[in-house]
Parts: sequence; C-alpha cells; structure tokens
Amino acid sequence: MFDDLRDLYQEIIIEHARHPRHARRLAAFDAEAKGDNPLCGDRLTLWLARTPEGRIAEAGFEAKGCAISLASADLMAEAVRGLSAEEAATLAEAVQHLARTGEAKALPPPLAERLESLMPLGGVHEFPSRVKCATLAWHALRAALGKKDEEAVS
Amino acid sequence: MSGGSPLRRGAVSEEAVARWRADFPILATEVRGRPLVYLDSAASAQKPRAVIAAMVEAMERRYANVHRGIHWLSERATESYEGARAQVARFINAAAAEEVVFTRNSTEALNLVAHSFGRLMAPGEAVVVSEMEHHSNLVPWQMLRDRAGIALRIARITEAGELDLEDLARKLEDGKVRLVAITHMSNVLGTAVPAARVAALAHEAGAAVLFDGSQAIVHRPVDVQAIGADFYAFTGHKLYGPSGIGVLWARREWLERMPPFLGGGEMISSVSFETASWAPPPYKFEAGTPPIVEAAGLAAALSYVEGVGYEAIMAHEAALLDHALRRLAAIPGLTLWGRAQDRGGVVSFTLEGVHPHDLATLLDRAGIAVRAGNHCAEPLMQRLGVEGTTRASFALYNTHEEIEALAEALERVREFFA
Repeated sequence: MFDDLRDLYQEIIIEHARHPRHARRLAAFDAEAKGDNPLCGDRLTLWLARTPEGRIAEAGFEAKGCAISLASADLMAEAVRGLSAEEAATLAEAVQHLARTGEAKALPPPLAERLESLMPLGGVHEFPSRVKCATLAWHALRAALGKKDEEAVS
Repeated sequence: MSGGSPLRRGAVSEEAVARWRADFPILATEVRGRPLVYLDSAASAQKPRAVIAAMVEAMERRYANVHRGIHWLSERATESYEGARAQVARFINAAAAEEVVFTRNSTEALNLVAHSFGRLMAPGEAVVVSEMEHHSNLVPWQMLRDRAGIALRIARITEAGELDLEDLARKLEDGKVRLVAITHMSNVLGTAVPAARVAALAHEAGAAVLFDGSQAIVHRPVDVQAIGADFYAFTGHKLYGPSGIGVLWARREWLERMPPFLGGGEMISSVSFETASWAPPPYKFEAGTPPIVEAAGLAAALSYVEGVGYEAIMAHEAALLDHALRRLAAIPGLTLWGRAQDRGGVVSFTLEGVHPHDLATLLDRAGIAVRAGNHCAEPLMQRLGVEGTTRASFALYNTHEEIEALAEALERVREFFA
C-alpha cells in the first residue's frame, strides 16, 4: 500500500528523523535563526558556529516537527560543515529548488557532492503540501547567514 | 461504547447508506487508483446532487440581485433568498425569519457578535469561552478584549474533554460576565456541550449565551428556543451545503439593540452625505450583495438533511463512532483524545513515534483523507499537551468499510515507521 511512499520516506529520512545527530543547541555560536511554518506548527531554531576564516564549523538545531522537517534539518547540519557563507547560501538555494521540482542544479565541487547527499529530500516535490517541511531548515539557514530569501521564512 | 458487530440493531442498513452515498457525486472519485475514503467532513462536508442542482438552477432561472431590482427576475431571486431564510428559521426553530442573518461563514457570524455585541459592553465586563474553542470563537474575543478593555475568561475542560460546568459557574460568579460564547460540539474532541444547562447557568448570572454550532448542527437537530440560546452560529459548507454562506441566529431583541457590523448597501434605511440610519434586522447586518446562489444551496442542503432525517443520521454516525473507537483503541501505540460521554462523529488520535503530518501523508497514499495538525485549536493542543493530532471525522455517507480501511492503514503505518 505504501510502496510509492519510499520516494518520500526513504530509510535515510526516517533514520535522520528518529536519531538526529545535530539536534542540539551549540554551547558557543556566531549566528542564530528561527524558522516556523505556522500552518503546520513546525518550529526550528538553528545555531551556527564559524571558524576564524568565517567558514561554518558546526551547525546545531532544536526542532519540533514531522519526519521530513527533522531529517532535512539534520541532513543540512551535516552538509554545511566547512562551507563558506556564500557556498552555504548557494546550496540552500539548490535544495529549495530540489524540494520544489525534484531537479538537482549543476553545482561546482564541493557543493555537487553535498547536494548529492541531500537528494533524498527531492522526493517531497510530489507532495506539494509537504514541500515547506523540507525547506524550513534551509530558510532558517539563509536567515542565519544574513542572506535574503525570496520566500519569507515563515 | 458497546461491543458487537458493526451492524447492530437500530443501525442504518448498508443499503440505505449506499443510497445516500449515491447522492454525492464526488464519492465516486478515485485517489491514485484507490476509492476515496473521505474522513474529513468536519473540515468541510461533500455536497449532494440536490445542492449542486439547486445552485445551478438559481443561476440558470432565478438570478439577479436581491431586494433592489424593480423587475421580475430580481423579485424571483428575492423570493428564493428570503425563502432560504425562512427555511433556516424553521430548521433551527427560530421565533421568526428576521432573526436569521446570513453571513459568509461561522467565523464571520462570530466576528459580527464580537463586534456588535462588544459595542454594548463596558470596560471591565467579561466574556467567557472554553478551552476547546476553534480559533474562530477565540480570536475575535481576544481582539475585542484588546480593543474594548473587556476581560476574556477561559472555562476549563475536564480530563475526559468535557466542559467543566463547575469551573464555568465559578467564572460567572462575580456577575461581570455579559456573554458566554461556547462551542456546541468540539471540532477536535467531538464533545457535545450540554447547551441548555450552559444557557441556564449563563442566564442565572445575567449573561447572554452564544453557541458555535458549526459541528453540532451537522450531527444532531438544533432547537435554539429549547436550548435557551441568545445567539447560534453555523456554516453551510459543513452541513452538506456550499461554502460562502453561514448563519447567525440571534434573538430579535439583541439584533435590535446591537449596532451594525459592516456598513454599505442594503443595511441602511436612509443615507445622506453626513449620516445614515439602519435598516431593521436582519438587513442591518447584511451589508452588500449577500450570498444569493449559496442561500439556494443551503436551503437545498437543509431539505436534504431533513429528507434523510436526523434520527437516521444520528443512529448511523453513532454506529460508525462506536466502531472507530473500538477498532482504533486496539491499535498498539495509538492514543485517542477525548472521551466525553456525549459526543459526535469526530475521532482525534496520535500514533506513537509518528508525527500527525507524516501520518496524514501516509493515509493519503491509501486514498484516505483526514485532517492533521492543530485543527485551528492551538490552545486546546497545549492544554492536551500534544503538538497536534490526526482527526477522522464522519458524515452520513461514511461506511464501516471505511473505518476498517482507516484502521488497516494505521496498522500499516506503524509497520512502516517501526
């Protein structure tokens, strides 16, 4: 009955939702942003710590929400490590595009392989009411980076 | 709750339900190759052919603006529109058709009362609502509180999800409450509120009483005079009628005392550039062109419900609810919310380890439409201590097979997330 749902709920999504590795408030951080989907009640706070060169050293989050939004946040925290603010913003834009369309944008290395690890989030594009679940963390990321977002965070 | 087979004595026959289902064209829809299982009627009910036909006929044969035209067609449209008003009045046993105000929906009806009744209130006076209100019967009162300096009191619910009448009585004790505004049936818990007792308590304390009947009137007959209500609000689209039309019934004395809500055409008796005087009720509260076509649809919906009969609807829905509660309670990890003695066809539940939105997406893949989230009752979710729930709601056209389909899908969801 749910065979076709494996497109959306791949093992990796369920695994990251159930056992997130980065679901914690950082003891020391350089940026903080909140995201919230008022219609479904998903909420997320994101913290970023930067290296002296300004790259992302670590990301941590606290969130309440569905499996898609939790997995997306956890995958994101993993994928943005070591990226510059510009690179992270480019990746965020690519993930937002992926969630809406299911298509991967062509990105330069090292972003291409980071995006590859996020492809499971693309399954959400067939579920229009759930796209916001997958993009919530990425809106928060862009806000934490001080990047303008074409869509409001909430 | 009682045991036994789903088809117990007194329950409506499968053949009868099949005939009702055939009245609703949309129920033949397939969702991704599976038959639609529509368990979201508390959000909005599907429409019988009679309603659709009445609206088409209103546009094809009797359409013009109402109350304005000095021409044949406008007179026909006006007759139809006022006929719908009279039918609503009979349906809820109002003392007069003039006590029935057409609005856009329940929300607008409740805002109308908050605005216009609110103008009769003085700072320091209070309104009481309950912990299980839909946002539409909470936010307008919060807005009134912030605008007019009145107090908003929240009557508690018990652990079973019933209105705590002792707490309500305490909230009324100091005599400052002017209005008790309470749902007649919770859209989340299904709890039916003992309206006549609430009305008596309110009146003893010198307060008027309003019921949000959006859910209740779908599941049981409503007699506004027998209840002793001052105001009663409901919406067409949940009662098998069209969206875009709602009803505010109010005792004539209130409609006469209350100032208008919206200003515009139709609600005036005369206008100069400086001032205007108001038309008598109900027109005072119906500014602008009203929902003309929707009124024809609502009238047809009321006729349809009367044709099926509340007795049959209540017997069938009680059997469905009984079946659902029994079947779902047996699913490991599933928690049912609300266990009121007197309740309507709404079941809210959570499944351990599965977020309500994930659950709804999974059920949707099985062709099952449910509602998930806070159901426009966020404070109630906080009171229950849950992020949200999944809600299955029943209407006259649902079947025992659909309850089984829901239960089987929930068992599959558990396996999927295990």
